[in-house]
Amino acid sequence: MNKNLPLYEIFIRSKNGLHHKHVGSLHASDPQMAIMNARDVYTRRQEGISIWVIESKDITASNPEDSDAFYAPAEDKVYRHPTFYDLPDEVKHM
Amino acid sequence: MKNNDLFKYTLQLADDVMILGHRLSEWTGHGPVLEQDIALSNIALDLIGEARNLYQYAAKQEGNGKTEDDYPYKRDVLQWTNALIVEQKNGDFAQTIVRQFLFDCYHYYHLEALSKSTDEQMAFIGAKSVKEARYHLQYSAEWMVRLGDGTEESHARMQQAIEDKMHYFEELFIPTAAESRLVESGVAVDLAPIRVKAYAKLNEVIKESTLKLPEDIYTQQGGRNGVHTEHFGYILAELQYMQKSYPNMQW
Repeated sequence: MNKNLPLYEIFIRSKNGLHHKHVGSLHASDPQMAIMNARDVYTRRQEGISIWVIESKDITASNPEDSDAFYAPAEDKVYRHPTFYDLPDEVKHM
Repeated sequence: MKNNDLFKYTLQLADDVMILGHRLSEWTGHGPVLEQDIALSNIALDLIGEARNLYQYAAKQEGNGKTEDDYPYKRDVLQWTNALIVEQKNGDFAQTIVRQFLFDCYHYYHLEALSKSTDEQMAFIGAKSVKEARYHLQYSAEWMVRLGDGTEESHARMQQAIEDKMHYFEELFIPTAAESRLVESGVAVDLAPIRVKAYAKLNEVIKESTLKLPEDIYTQQGGRNGVHTEHFGYILAELQYMQKSYPNMQW
């Protein structure tokens, strides 16, 4: 049966205010069944309060071969990190 | 002092969910796909959890040092009062789903009403389990439609399952004498309105599933009096193996 059923990627939000996080994937015939399956497979230990599902084929991923062109140019641009400011002592959690 | 009617009623409710939970647990590791293996195991755990709450309550009523384990592990066939539907074999996935759906149609509405019982403990157990049963009903109804209105083969298997299992549906709505007496004091659930709701749900889902209910249904009954089908002995043989081989063993 798995061979015929499409793969879905599952995202779970663990609590209010947090974002949905990718937790894994499973097979289902449509989004509704994917949600029910995700409820059974990924929320048995109170892991979440909200589920998103999306068919894996609808995700477009970057190509590993593009790594150099995509990510290497950022390596020598440390000034893009906001680390060159003097922070007043009153500012916390930066 | 022990109220015999309440004690019997408690055990009857417990036996239903204990045996169905045990049946579903037989799927663990054998599910058609991983997702459904886990789903059925989850439902099994919900039902056995409900059974534990009820057996604990029965033990409290009986006293004499009884514990929740005495009822599932130390009673013989004639002392079990579950309805016959829950002891029917798992069969293929269609048979399991139809058995589950029929029971859920009864179970969900029954728990909803039980949560308003005048007996505090019964009301507590009803309120706790009804949330789980709501999901069970959603789950089994979803599969009824998917498989009924699925392929030619899934439809044929579901139709066969309906014809095999409908004989056991009506028994769920026949009250025992003890149960009827408890309805008057508001402790037990009056099954007549539950039956109406259960059939409404059943008819709605059957229609959506493109399945048909058999026309002449002969109702099998006897479970509530300890008269079980031939499958029951096999269930107990497995369930009680340890206690029978090593009486009073603990681990």
